[in-house]
Amino acid sequence: MRVALFIPCYVDQFYPQVGIATLKLLQHLGLDVHFPMQQTCCGQPMANGGFEHLTHSCNANFIKAFDGYDYIVSPSGSCVLHVKDHLHDPKQEDKATQVRQRVFELCEFLTDIVQVQSLQARFPKRVAVHQGCHGQRGLQLAASTETVTPRFSKPLQLLKMVEGIELVNLDRPDECCGFGGTFCVTEEAVSAAMGLSRVADYTKHEAQVVTGTDVSCLMHQEGLIKRRKLPVQVMHIAEVLAAGL
Amino acid sequence: METKTIPHAEAATKFLANPARVQWHDETLWFVRYKRDKIVNEIPEWEQLRNLASQIKEHTLSQLDQYLEQFEAAAQANGVIVHWAADAADHNRIVHSILQQHNARKIVKSKSMLTEECHLNPYLEAQGIEVVDTDLGERIVQLNKEMPSHIVLPAIHIKKEEVGEIFHQHLGTEKGASDPLYLALAAREHLRQKFLAADIAITGVNFAVAETGAIVVCTNEGNADLGAHLAKVHIACMGIEKLIPRTEHLSVFLRMLARNATGQNITAYSSHFRKPAPGQEMHIVIVDNGRTTQLGREAFRNSLKCIRCGACLNTCPVYRRSGGHSYHNATAGPIGAILAPNLDMRKNADLPFASTLCGSCTDVCPVKIDIHNQLYQWRQVLTQEGYVPAAKTASMKAMASVLSSPARYSFAGKWARKFLRWFPSLALNKRLNPWAKQRDLPTPPKESFREWYQKNGGNQ
Repeated sequence: MRVALFIPCYVDQFYPQVGIATLKLLQHLGLDVHFPMQQTCCGQPMANGGFEHLTHSCNANFIKAFDGYDYIVSPSGSCVLHVKDHLHDPKQEDKATQVRQRVFELCEFLTDIVQVQSLQARFPKRVAVHQGCHGQRGLQLAASTETVTPRFSKPLQLLKMVEGIELVNLDRPDECCGFGGTFCVTEEAVSAAMGLSRVADYTKHEAQVVTGTDVSCLMHQEGLIKRRKLPVQVMHIAEVLAAGL
Repeated sequence: METKTIPHAEAATKFLANPARVQWHDETLWFVRYKRDKIVNEIPEWEQLRNLASQIKEHTLSQLDQYLEQFEAAAQANGVIVHWAADAADHNRIVHSILQQHNARKIVKSKSMLTEECHLNPYLEAQGIEVVDTDLGERIVQLNKEMPSHIVLPAIHIKKEEVGEIFHQHLGTEKGASDPLYLALAAREHLRQKFLAADIAITGVNFAVAETGAIVVCTNEGNADLGAHLAKVHIACMGIEKLIPRTEHLSVFLRMLARNATGQNITAYSSHFRKPAPGQEMHIVIVDNGRTTQLGREAFRNSLKCIRCGACLNTCPVYRRSGGHSYHNATAGPIGAILAPNLDMRKNADLPFASTLCGSCTDVCPVKIDIHNQLYQWRQVLTQEGYVPAAKTASMKAMASVLSSPARYSFAGKWARKFLRWFPSLALNKRLNPWAKQRDLPTPPKESFREWYQKNGGNQ
C-alpha cells in the first residue's frame, strides 16, 4: 500500500509540525508514506470564492502530483472535501475520478482503512475537540447534532485511544468557528464573533488544549486566543495522536 | 420601506457593534434550535420523514404545471375565485383590484412572507388603504416601521423592553412596561378592534392541496382564522411552490413544520380553508414572481421545496450574529441567500458569500434542500455573470497562478514567511489586513514542511 501525504499549502508553509506529526503517525503504523513534491494547493480558496473556473491548472497539478498512489491522506477535512466534491479535469477525467475516490482525511483513513484499534500516544490533558464542519458534515467524519442518526465520531474514536486524555463536553459540540476561507476577512466581524463564542465554550469548560481536524479552523481560533493571551493551547489532532511517539 | 442596500458584511459589522445584544440574539435563537433538537429526537423516524417530505416536494415540482391546474380547477369547483400573478406588481394590482371591488379601506393580514416579498403593505398604504399585520411579531415590526427579521419570529431582534416602548408610543401602554403578558393583552385589545373593523382579510398559505383545492394556514395565534372568519372577503396569497398533491401529504409536513421551526409538536392552529362560507367570498392569488425561473435553474430548483420553517436561520451561526436585516431581503438567512439572487443578482450578490459553508442549514432542513451547496453554486454563477469586484478577480487570478505551479508556490511561500518574520508590524496592521483586527497571525516557521521533508527524507 503506497500512501501519498497531501499537506495543504498553508499547513506546509505555516504549520510544518502538523505535517511532521501526520507523517510520523502514519509511519509509526507501518505504512509506506511518500510526500509528492509536485503538490501545491487543492484549489479550494479560489473555488469557494466563486472562481472554480480558475482552478483547472491547480486540478491538473494535483492529479499529476497524486496519480498512481493507492491512498492520498491529508490532515484536513476541508481540503479533502473540496477534492472529493470538485476535482475535475476534462482532459483526464478518469484520473481525476481515481484521485477523488482515493483521497481520505487522516481520521477516516485511520478508522476505516487502516482500522486502528489502539495507539501508543499519551496526552494527559483536558482537551476540547473542534470537529471542522467540512469534515464533520461534508465527509461525515461524525454525526451532526442536527440529524437524528446513530451517534458516531471518527476523531473522538481515535482520541479515546490516547492514554491519559480527558475529553471535554462542550455546550455546542459542532458549532462552526467562523473561519470559512475568504469569509474570515470579507466578513471579519462575524467571523471573529463566531470564533470568540467557540473559544468561550472551551474556556468555560476549562479545556487546556483545543484540537481539531482542520488547521484552518484552528489557525483562526489560535489567532483569537493569542491576541487575548488565553490559557488554551491549540493543536491539530495529528499532533495529539502522535504525542509521545 | 425600500431603502438603499447595505452590503451584508457592513450591516453585520453594525449589528455586532453591540456585543451584548448579539450574544442575546445568538442565545435566543440557539435556544430555539435546542428545543427543535429535543423534539425531533423524540421521533425515531425523523430522517425518513425528511426523505419523504423531500420526495413529495420534488415530485410536485416535477409536475408543477399539472398540479397547479388541478388545484385551480378544484378550488374553482369549491366556489373560490382563483387569480394568477406573474410577478410582485401583478400580485399587488390583483389584491388591490379585489379591495376596490369591495370598496375596502381596512385590511387585516396574517403572516405571509410572499406579501413581504411583493412589498404589498407599502403598495396598499400608498393607495390610502390601512393594512394591519395581525401576527403579534409582525405587528411589532410594522409599528416600528421595519421589515421582519426572521421567517417565523419576525420581531426576534427586538427586546421586550423595546416592545414596551413601541407599544407605549403607538398603543398607549404604560411607559416602561415590559411584562410580556401585559403587552400581549394590550396587543390583543388593539388587534380585536382591527379584526372587527376589517373589510377584508388577507392570509398567506402554508400548503395548497391540489386534489381538493384546499389551503392550509398555520399560525400560533389564530389570527388568520379570526381575520378570515370575521371579514366578508378572504384573500389568500400563495407562491406556486406551496402545492402538495394530496391531503394525506399534510400528515408528513404538519408533523415536521412546527417541530423544526420552534420545537412545538404542532402549530396551535392548522386551519384548512376549502370554500367560502355562505355570504362570503374567497380568493386565491397564485404568484410566480421568479419561481419558474428558479425552477428552470437546475442547480437551484430544489430551493422551491422550502416550507418556510426558519430552522436554517436559527441554526445559522452567521445569521445569529448578523441579524435578519443584514440580508436586505424579505427572506433572510441561508434560505434567503439562495432565493434572493434569483430575484435580483446585482442587489443580492453579497448574500451567497455571507456564509462559511458549514452545512448546518442543509442538515437541519426538513425537506433536504442542499442549501450550502447552492450557496457555493451561486458564488460561481455570480462570479461568471460579473457581479464580483474587479480587485477580487485580479487577486484570485494571481492566486491561481501561484498555486498551480510548484516553483512559483515554493518561492512565494518562502518569501511570505520571510516577510512576516521581517515586518510583523506591517502584517499586523489592522487597516491593511482585516485578519489582524482581532486575531494574531501564525508564527512563521523558518522551514516549510517540504523543506524539512527534503532534508530529512521522511525517515523518522
